[in-house]
Amino acid sequence: MEHYLSLATKAIFVENMALAFFLGMCSFLAVSRQVSTAIGLGIAVIFVLAVTTPLNQFLTETLLRPGSLAWAGLPDLDLSFLSFLTLIGTIAATVQIVEMTMDRYAPALYNALGVFLPLIAVNCAILGASLFMVERDYTLAEATVFGLGSGVGWALAIMALAAIREKLKYSDVPEPLRGLGATFIVVGLMSVGFMAFSGIQL
Amino acid sequence: MAAKNREVLLDPLFNNNPIALQVLGICSALAVTTKMSTAFVMSLAVIFVIVASNVSVSLIRNFIPSSIRIIVQLTIIASLVIITDQVLKAFVYDISKQLSVFVGLIITNCIVMGRAEAFAMQNGPKLSFIDGVGNGLGYAMILMVVAFLRELFGSGKVFGLTVLQPVTEGGWYVPNGLMVLAPSAFLLIGCFIWAIRVFKTDQVEEEFHVGALPEPSHEGHIR
Repeated sequence: MEHYLSLATKAIFVENMALAFFLGMCSFLAVSRQVSTAIGLGIAVIFVLAVTTPLNQFLTETLLRPGSLAWAGLPDLDLSFLSFLTLIGTIAATVQIVEMTMDRYAPALYNALGVFLPLIAVNCAILGASLFMVERDYTLAEATVFGLGSGVGWALAIMALAAIREKLKYSDVPEPLRGLGATFIVVGLMSVGFMAFSGIQL
Repeated sequence: MAAKNREVLLDPLFNNNPIALQVLGICSALAVTTKMSTAFVMSLAVIFVIVASNVSVSLIRNFIPSSIRIIVQLTIIASLVIITDQVLKAFVYDISKQLSVFVGLIITNCIVMGRAEAFAMQNGPKLSFIDGVGNGLGYAMILMVVAFLRELFGSGKVFGLTVLQPVTEGGWYVPNGLMVLAPSAFLLIGCFIWAIRVFKTDQVEEEFHVGALPEPSHEGHIR
């Protein structure tokens, strides 16, 4: 149990997807003008990460690892070079299925999150989490915790950034720095702040 | 025609830089810039993928049904990235280890998808090729500048060769530890954008009204 708690803390704070690995930056910067939209996107990312990371772990384990096709009578087969294609395919398909299921059974949730789902189908943070999972050989339980943790960390970061940017409009920023430039500096300072978490072990 | 080619090639370098103006492709860009050698290999990989995907998408653009075009583009890009990854693993294994997941992340690099969707779907293979080279170089330029500053001030080296002799090796330079950490990349890009906009005043954003502005209309292309 402690192991999973430590993994989650690490994924949320120490190795924050957005601030330590620069993943999901495109939507991180583009959709952080308002706190309300940032919350919507954050929740959608948590959801998709929590679903796709374990799913990809399962697929990698049963289909792609060297020798993992032994159950089908092909013990010598190594399909690990197909991993990128499989990961991104799974993510795109999952997002599509989640979108359709939500539309059918939870229209209220769909109205709130629906616009963000296509946007995050190819978000770097989603694919990044799956790639990290493959590289670090996580088990199914670890992958679930890691996916959920990374999502929460990313959502925290984008909500915080949106809140700062809402306040930033009251300040007199030098003209060429306005908008994108100032946002980058703010993200840099947030990243310095999150570095305070490094070294924390549970 | 020649003038158009030159415009397509040079426009993304300064006037319409994919990183500095369009905020595309930063995802994978910043993490590989602690050293110039990794940044250089990453730039080459991205230039290859973007050029090849632009040409392939442009060649079959009239046969792709628009409802499944994203999937088709994604498959083409993912296949190209797999080739790149295998080549890197075969010939520069050490650097490929250092780049770790970021080669795979070229798949979701917004520049590649963005150019395939916005340019290659409408233009012929030749122009798409030039556009790919231009955008790839625009990306590479920022990557190399950031990597140069971070490696020089972070560890006193350029391409792994010691330029500023650090104190630990009997020299005089005290390395700036912040430069090799994540935050410096954000700060440097912020300053880079600042510098570009001092000279290119037409890129300055309007008065910064949060909430008053609608979300950017090109959001559909941002991944």
